[in-house]
Order: sequence, then C-alpha cells, then structure tokens
Amino acid sequence: MSDPHAGAAAPSVFGVAFKDAAFAALVALGLAAPMLGLVTVQTQSGIELEQHWGKVAIAVAIVFAGRLLLNLTLWRPGRKKSLSYVPPKVEAKLARFAKYLAPLAILGAVVMPMLPFTERYAIDLGILVLTYVMLGWGLNIVVGLAGLLDLGYVAFYAVGAYSYALLAQYFGLSFWVCLPLAGILAAFWGVILGFPVLRLRGDYLAIVTLAFGEIIRIVLLNWYWFTGGPNGISGIPRPSFFGLDFDRGDDGFAATFGLDYSPLHRIVFLYYLILALALLTNFVTIRLRRLPIGRAWEALREDEIACRSLGINTVNTKLTAFALGAMFAGFAGSFFATRQGFISPESFVFMESALILAIVVLGGMGSQFGVAVAAVVMIGGFELFREFSDYRMITFGLVMVLIMIWRPRGLVSTRSPSVFLKEKKAISGSLVQEGHG
Amino acid sequence: MEYFLQQLINGVTLGSIYGLIAIGYTMVYGIIGMINFAHGDVFMVGSFMALIVFLALLALGVTFVPLALLIVLILAMALTSLYGWTVERIAYRPLRGSFRLAPLISAIGMSIFLQNMVQVAQGARVKPLPPVITGGYQFGAAEGFVVNVSNVQIIIVVTTIALMVAFSLIVSRTPLGRAQRACEQDRKMAALLGVDVDRTISLTFVMGAALASVAGLMYLLYYGVIDFYIGFVAGVKAFTAAVLGGIGSLPGAMLGGLLIGLIETFWSAYFTVEYKDVAAFSILAIVLIFLPSGLLGRPEVEKV
Repeated sequence: MSDPHAGAAAPSVFGVAFKDAAFAALVALGLAAPMLGLVTVQTQSGIELEQHWGKVAIAVAIVFAGRLLLNLTLWRPGRKKSLSYVPPKVEAKLARFAKYLAPLAILGAVVMPMLPFTERYAIDLGILVLTYVMLGWGLNIVVGLAGLLDLGYVAFYAVGAYSYALLAQYFGLSFWVCLPLAGILAAFWGVILGFPVLRLRGDYLAIVTLAFGEIIRIVLLNWYWFTGGPNGISGIPRPSFFGLDFDRGDDGFAATFGLDYSPLHRIVFLYYLILALALLTNFVTIRLRRLPIGRAWEALREDEIACRSLGINTVNTKLTAFALGAMFAGFAGSFFATRQGFISPESFVFMESALILAIVVLGGMGSQFGVAVAAVVMIGGFELFREFSDYRMITFGLVMVLIMIWRPRGLVSTRSPSVFLKEKKAISGSLVQEGHG
Repeated sequence: MEYFLQQLINGVTLGSIYGLIAIGYTMVYGIIGMINFAHGDVFMVGSFMALIVFLALLALGVTFVPLALLIVLILAMALTSLYGWTVERIAYRPLRGSFRLAPLISAIGMSIFLQNMVQVAQGARVKPLPPVITGGYQFGAAEGFVVNVSNVQIIIVVTTIALMVAFSLIVSRTPLGRAQRACEQDRKMAALLGVDVDRTISLTFVMGAALASVAGLMYLLYYGVIDFYIGFVAGVKAFTAAVLGGIGSLPGAMLGGLLIGLIETFWSAYFTVEYKDVAAFSILAIVLIFLPSGLLGRPEVEKV
C-alpha cells in the first residue's frame, strides 16, 4: 500500500505491483474470512456457523487480480496524471452540446407516452424516474447551489405527502387545493428546521438535518390516532382533470371526451403532471440562478466568510434555499401520495434521502442536466437490477465512494457562470478551488 | 427510588457502550475534521465479528467463558481494526484535500456498503446469542423493590473504564499520541517535523475501530441480539455523545456517552419508549445550536 516510488533500489514495476497486490489480497483475506466465510445461521438448536470458503477465495482472487491490473495500468508509476479525465476543452464543448441535449430530452419525455409501442410499465417507470428527477432538482437548490448538505431532505417529501393525505382525509380537500398547501407547509417546515441549524458548519448541518429527518419519521410512526402509525394512510383520493375524474362514470374524463374508458388515461395524466411539476422546478431554479438570491447561493457555496464580509445576509440566503428546496419536495410528496393512494412512514426512511443526495452528487452538484441524467441512470439501474436487489445496494454504496474519488464534483462538473464579462465560458469544476465556511 | 437506581445502573451501562463508540468519532474528528459516518457501521461489523468469533470458539470446543471472552475481545478488535483501516484507506485517504463535502458523502456510501454487505453475507434476520454471562447481584430485596446489577453490566462498565484509562494514556504519554495531537493542531507543520501523517491518521482509525468493536461485543452481550441495522441509530447517538461532550475531547466523549445513555434510559423509563430516539436526536440539535463546542471541548476558531 505504500507509495510505489518509495523503493530505493527501484525494483521492477511488476515486482512492486505484485507485492502490493499480494498485500491487498492478504487484507482482503482478513476482511472476508470471518464475514463471508463463516455465516451465522439460525437452526433449531440455536445459532451456528456455516462455512463458505469458496466465497472468500473468490473475493480474495478478485481483489488480487484487480489490484494487480490497476497497478500495471492506471496506477503505473510515472504515468502522467491529468487533473481531469476529460480535458476542459472537450468538457466545454460537451456543455455547449448539452444546450441542445436538454430540449431534446424534454421533447423525448413529452412524446414518450404517445409512442405506439410504449407500454404501461414504461410510463410507470417514467413517473418514478421523473419523481426522482424533481426531488433531485429540488435538493439541488439546497446542496448544489447553496452548498448546504441536507441529509434529511426526505422529511419534507414526507411533510408534503402527509399534508395532502391528512387534508384529504380530515377535510376532504382535493388534490389541486392541497398541492400548493403541501408546498407551503413543507416550505414552512423547511424554515422551522432550517432556522436553528444555520450557524452550523457543513458536516454538522448534515448530521442535524439527518436527525430532524429521523425525528419526523419517528413522530409519523408513533402518532397513531392522527397519522395511522405504521399502517399509514390508505384511500388517498386520486387527482382529477379539471374536475373530471378518471372513472367509468358519465361525467368522467373518458365519457366527457367521448373516449373509451381506459385505466391508462390516469397513468398518462399522472405522467404529464409530474413532468410539468419537474419542469416547473427546473424552470424556477434556472431563473432563480440569475436573480441576486441565486447568485448569493452560489457565492455562499464557494466561500461563506467572503459572503459575510461582502454584506450578504447569510441567514436569509440559507433559509430561502432551505424553504424552496423543501417546497419542491412538498409538491413531489403530495404527488407521490396521490399516485400511490397509500403512504406510510416506511417510504420516508434515511435511505431515500441518501438516494436523492446520491443523484445530486453523481449528477454534478449544481448541474440541472447532470441531475436529470443521474436520476434516469440510478432509478433506471435500480429497476434493471431488480432481480439482484441484494447486490444493488452494495453497488450503490460502492459507486458513491468511487464517484467521490474519481470525480468529486460529479459527472457533469462544468461550472457555467451566471455572470460574465465578454463571453460565457464554461470551466471544469475540478479547476475551481472551494473556500471553507 | 429503587426504580430510579435501577434506571441509573442501566443508563450507565448503555452510556458506556455509547461512550466507546463516541471515542472513535471524536478522535477522527479531532485529527482530520471529518464526521466518519461509517463508524456506526464499523461498530455493527464489530458486533458481528464478536458473534462469529464466539460461535467459532464454541465450535472448536472452547467453553471456558472468561478465556473465550478474552479471545473474542482480542480477535474482534483485530478484525474490526482491519475494517477501520481499510475503510480509511479506500474511502477517505484519496479524498484528503478534496472539496469539503466529498469525504462525508464518501463516508455515507461506505456506510451503505458495509450495511448491505453484512446483510447479504450474514442474512437480514436478527442474530440472537444465548446469554453467556449470567448472574448478578441484588440489592434491597427486603424492602420489596429490587435493584439488579447483572454481571454483564459490571463487566461492561469495568472494561470501559479500563479501556478509557488505557487510551487516555496512549494519547497523552506515547509517541503515537504525541503525533496524533500534533496532527490535530497542524497537519502540515507536523508533516514538516517528520511525523508520518498518513500513518498517524490510519492508526487513529484503527484505534477507533478497535474501541467500536469492544462496544459491539458489549452490545451483543448486553442485548443478546444484533442485526445489520444496529449501526445507524447507535452511530447517530454516539455522534451526539461526542458532540455533547465536546468533539475532539476524549473524556468529553465518555461523559457525553454517559449522559446520552442516562437521558435515553430515563426518557424510556419515565416518558415513552417510542420517542427515546427523538430525545437523543433532539439533544443533538439543541447542543449544536446552543453549545456548539460541547461540555469539555474548546471553542473552534475559524481560520481563513
């Protein structure tokens, strides 16, 4: 594991690589032997160990071969290391290409349900992906633009979902009335939870938001008479199309427009609803970035101390980021509630927050397009590997680590400035030095 | 009164476990200024290591409990330390000097990885261990109410105190401790003066993981059941303990652990069990807002 350059007598490259790989394999043996090799199994007589040495051998072999290969190729001593794997010029060109890519992607999303070969499954998956795109864009305001690491984002999602579900259950309010209400309530909670934690440093903030997220979940779980506790709330009303329900009735959507009734109508409607909501989030974010508040966010992300000394009100700046991010999560939450028709605290665990955060981080914090791509890749990937559900979470954790090592600024890490002197030049995010605050 | 005493004893036991985990957080935060989010899961791995080694010893026919416990303690510490070392080597060392949120996000990834790795490797069901240490002492049987002090509780508290003393001595008396304190103050300067910074940081992670594995063993002995998910909540609570005591301070971590353990136990005893986690998490928020430097910590001076 020591630096390969350190050898005084400069032994052969292969020798060093082999030694290093052997050491790594030894470590892997130590890690894997008890964990993979000796499996605790419950039997009738108690708990016993089962031996699986084959797995250990496979793990050790993979580590050895992988490490050896890496040592001989990517990590070969003397190999020139570039600052960024993609040259800034190419990256800038890609960013310019992305200008056309985004409208194309939106167009694709709009026509997708109309294509003749689109099945119901694809539309359902599209709804799921778009929900996460919207959540990613919402969290992007907090994490990507304002640089506040929020690990409890799912709490606002939960507030939105429960606002709609409870308002519908107790007061019979419709989805269209509750949608703005859910957003407002979530934003309100964002301010309440955001206010006390504003003085905290980045990583403290992360842990406290995590704690708040867990508190909200535990309260929802234990407040039986009001929220239904672990049983959740079922029978949440479905949305209507300007007052027309999607049912078989004479005043339903299908009958009014002279169509044959099909359950697909509602699915397609939900798809366009979440698409519109997501695009609204995107639009608001893009416009806000050009406003003073958006510039203040980005300045805050880069250097909080400099911001303060330049007279930016950091409290208001952070609170608006929190509130806006929370508001969009609230919208997404009420959409989630109306789509599922059933919600329970189980949908709002920490893993959801981590997933949304991973989407933002992988996409490149602050990049709208990157976040959308990351959401498609992650959620699509999750669906694709549904059969390997055990292994996909392992891969997910590992990918998070690897992306941080490989590209800490995310996949699309160009920074295109919102203010420029003569011409707009996108620069690679890896060239930007960040201040501490 | 007897009820109060009983809860006090239970709280001190729980607090010892939290304190041991909290030391790992506090040492790592002190030396590289990052929250090792995966530390709770290292604790979980530690408890699994203890269980596995214990069952392996039983299978090998070692039935003399004190000897078995000693071997379990040493082996679990060694194996978990290896995990701590590897986590640092893979997920944190390449990120030193990267932007400030990168190590935390990497740590979250590592935490998810460890949790699911254990779930896949060892199964998702809870793992019960039949009581190994039985017996205890009873007080006040004559007055009707009984205060129980089990042998497990005594062992937990005594071991914790012993380890606390040992680690305090390491940090204050040995060359390693001196290097750690030097890195804590100024990593660049320490490197210039010949301290191997990478090695010191690695050893800090190893020490933290070793203590977490002891906590894992105690958790296993005390509760008798573990699963792959125990690391998350215990980790957040131990982090709360570290913050409460003043992050970066070893005695502070122990004090914070004790306080969190006591608060949680008394909250469960006198209010509601369901909301005991809420109590611990609220304390974290309150402490960070009103007392950011903790009880025994030094106020953090922001350098530009």
